[in-house]
Amino acid sequence: MSEKNALEVRDLNVSYKVPGGKLRALRQIDLIVPRGEIVGLVGESGCGKTTLMQTILGLQSSAAVIESGQIMLGDTDLLTLGPKQMRGVLGDRMSAVFQDPMKSLNPVLTIGRQMTDIQFRSKASQREKRARAVEMLEKVRIPDPESRLDRYPFEFSGGMRQRVAIAMALMAEPDVLVADEPTTALDATLELTTIDLLRELQKEIGCAIIFITHHLGVVAELCQSVNIMYAGEMVESGPTRAVFDAPQHPYTELLFACDPAQIAERTRHLPTIGGELPSLINLPPGCVFEGRCPKAFAPCADIHPRIVTSGGSDMVRCHLRDPEVTK
Amino acid sequence: MALYFLKRLLLSVLVVILVVIALFLLTYAIPGDPARVALGPRANPELIAEFRARMGLDQSLATQLYNFFVSLLQGDLGRDAISGEPVLNTVLSQFPDTLYLVLGSVLVALVPGVILGILSARYRGGIIDRISSVLSVSVMSVPAFVIAIYLLLVFSIQLGWFPAIGAGTGFWDRLHRLVLPSLALGLAWIGYIARILRASILEEMNEGHVRTARAFGLSENRIMYDYVLRIAVLPMITVLGIGIGQMLSSAVFAEVVFGRPGIGKLVYDAIISRNYPIVTGTVLVTTIFFVVVNLGADLLVAWLNPKVRHDLSR
Amino acid sequence: MTSPADSPTPGAAPKPDPAGDRPAKRRGAFGRLISDPLGMLGVVLIALTVLAALCAGMTSWDPIALNPLARFQPASSEHWLGTDNLGRDLFTRVLYGARIALTVSIGATVIAMVIGVAAGLIAGYGPRWLDNVMLLIFDAMKSIPTVMLALMLVTVTGPSLYAVLLVVVLVNAPAYARMARTQTLAIRRAEFIDAEQALGAGQARIMLRHVLPNIVGPILIVAAMDIPVVVGIEAGLSFLGLGVRPPTPSWGSILFDGFSYIRESAWPVIAGGLPIVITTLGFTFLGEALRDTFDPKLGGGN
Repeated sequence: MSEKNALEVRDLNVSYKVPGGKLRALRQIDLIVPRGEIVGLVGESGCGKTTLMQTILGLQSSAAVIESGQIMLGDTDLLTLGPKQMRGVLGDRMSAVFQDPMKSLNPVLTIGRQMTDIQFRSKASQREKRARAVEMLEKVRIPDPESRLDRYPFEFSGGMRQRVAIAMALMAEPDVLVADEPTTALDATLELTTIDLLRELQKEIGCAIIFITHHLGVVAELCQSVNIMYAGEMVESGPTRAVFDAPQHPYTELLFACDPAQIAERTRHLPTIGGELPSLINLPPGCVFEGRCPKAFAPCADIHPRIVTSGGSDMVRCHLRDPEVTK
Repeated sequence: MALYFLKRLLLSVLVVILVVIALFLLTYAIPGDPARVALGPRANPELIAEFRARMGLDQSLATQLYNFFVSLLQGDLGRDAISGEPVLNTVLSQFPDTLYLVLGSVLVALVPGVILGILSARYRGGIIDRISSVLSVSVMSVPAFVIAIYLLLVFSIQLGWFPAIGAGTGFWDRLHRLVLPSLALGLAWIGYIARILRASILEEMNEGHVRTARAFGLSENRIMYDYVLRIAVLPMITVLGIGIGQMLSSAVFAEVVFGRPGIGKLVYDAIISRNYPIVTGTVLVTTIFFVVVNLGADLLVAWLNPKVRHDLSR
Repeated sequence: MTSPADSPTPGAAPKPDPAGDRPAKRRGAFGRLISDPLGMLGVVLIALTVLAALCAGMTSWDPIALNPLARFQPASSEHWLGTDNLGRDLFTRVLYGARIALTVSIGATVIAMVIGVAAGLIAGYGPRWLDNVMLLIFDAMKSIPTVMLALMLVTVTGPSLYAVLLVVVLVNAPAYARMARTQTLAIRRAEFIDAEQALGAGQARIMLRHVLPNIVGPILIVAAMDIPVVVGIEAGLSFLGLGVRPPTPSWGSILFDGFSYIRESAWPVIAGGLPIVITTLGFTFLGEALRDTFDPKLGGGN
């Protein structure tokens, strides 16, 4: 299976040590990222998508405890790697683009310096590394890249900086690119061009992308498949088309319903759904969405739903779709 | 950004002017007639009147202040009340010895301070961090002259490792005699440096660009020494600027305890012998030095920031 | 990495806490203060100093009377810290020195605090130009190295206790003034002041009622940190013969007498320096612990 999938997260459980006990941030997370595909990861703030991203990259906070699970990059389980081996993977087989382009580059080093620094694995000469950097900047359509190399990040606009960040991330031609809300901080037109650029480069390099966002429109436009997270659980996954056409989980349904323009128009903010997130320290025994779910019924409050296949979706975690329950 | 430089410069000049006015008023408030002090108790009234006229002491306060400024601008800080030498010459002749002392103290403060700051940020919450934090607080609070005397007692008197008195002759002798006084003045600043560096490293470590660097697999050493320290040293430079000024003025204790020449010893002896022009002159020169060093530190910090450099070159 | 990822954090809006729950909070905080080993050590060291000051006069020796036959005696059951160059019992002199050190440092800090806060209120509440002028003066005062300022002042006033007080006020007041000014400006912008002004409350009353409660905490922390500095200034000036006049026993003058005869006996130096170390460490540890407990954002702790 590792031949087909660039990255596979299996049954990942992560918690945080907090004063009140244990905050169970991620529970039984499965995520499949096929080779060369763009996979969307959607969820509102606090759903655990940032924790998932950090854990995949091995950059989780020191308060995080990985309880169990596997993160397979090809044949290697990243969770078994030591810090040094993990560093060997990062920036080579896997790289990342982060949300805030204003902060993600070192303010006192030139772009060129930062772009050659990250080629530290290469035996090439400094000049060759620079040439490689210029080539990448050309690819992300930075005008006059040669002279831009000696500029500092503050001399670039937000959109340009994000393109520089993308150039850096794709320079090593990784198997997997983790893109953590790379367009959220940009305005709508910039967002569009950045996404087009990303798709184009992805096709050229052939890498897989985990695209974390809360813009449903972006997902529809960019991603082959979509994963929906809620309160630390994966509630639904499947091919984008299928999930958008016939969402199986009530949460997914609400997410789309709250977004009347749906795919046609981008929203800056997540649609709001009434109710509150459950406590992740004292988890409810039943479904985590039960408190906010308009379709909740008898078993939802007491029994935690299991994963089933339903409709066009590969997985849904809902009693409604479970033939054993609804029978 | 040029505006920042200009404002910073203007503020420094204003501060110096204010200090000069304060010093002038203080000299004016000194009890006893300066003419009598200068000429001695047996001077006759004609001589005193003549002296007062010559020094402009018979003029109004404002005129005297004006004259004071004019002569300052000409580099005239008055004359030594006892030897008659120009004050500026005397002060400047004593300045190098104190500068060596301050330089030694800066080394004493900087080297361990930077090492402790980096280590305690790197192993935050660990044993080094805890020891370093207690150590920093402790050395910061004990006054320099107490440290000076205990160093003298232990290392000169009891152990005999270092000579007790004088600045010495020849490079090695001078260096040898510089050790204890430098320690006395510098120890406290190990604490200040270690603290500020630790804090700014930890702050910078939380920045997004460090996460980016990690996401590219750069080694922690590279991130610390190339990416983080480059920014984290800036606040330390400001602190060091203040430190240099404070060391320069605390030098009086080290110089008295270790019998070294220098501006501290000069001002101390001048106070004892009521040689007021020397006191005023030394305070003024030291203050100007202090203001200039702080200005320099601030400008250096601004200059090390590429954004500032860029804006200026336009 | 910062907080546990994107988990919801309780919204902590900075607002002046109502006076009602203060005492309870304080008590809990005092517990925490004591549980901090360094804070505890600080309290113990300060208690030791206070005890010394209280016990002055309870020894069987006179702190001033000369006894040339008993010069430079080492520590013994009779003279706990030995005797000095004039045969005076050092332990007795150290105890009396504690009185001087504590009265001067606490007294001077309080005076500096009051004057500083008053100046800050005026700067913050007065017209713009006055604010600017006062800021410049605060900056100028900060720009004279402490020891030089002290020497200059003492030159004018002559060596005395008042000279020491004056120095401390000039050196330390600007810091309090800055804090009071910042807070006053913040409060001044707040709307409820306008409302109260409309209701006819006097300006002085408004300032005192709203500014003081907000700066009391930080100011006390700074004061605790200032006390060791003041102990150092007093002892330092007395060491140079520019502070408390002999034969009044000040730790600084004990130290200087000892320094002059350091080859004769180490005891006077040890006796003069040790209490300075104990007191400055005590107040610094307490100040640090206070800051970590009450105002964590001031410090480097987590």
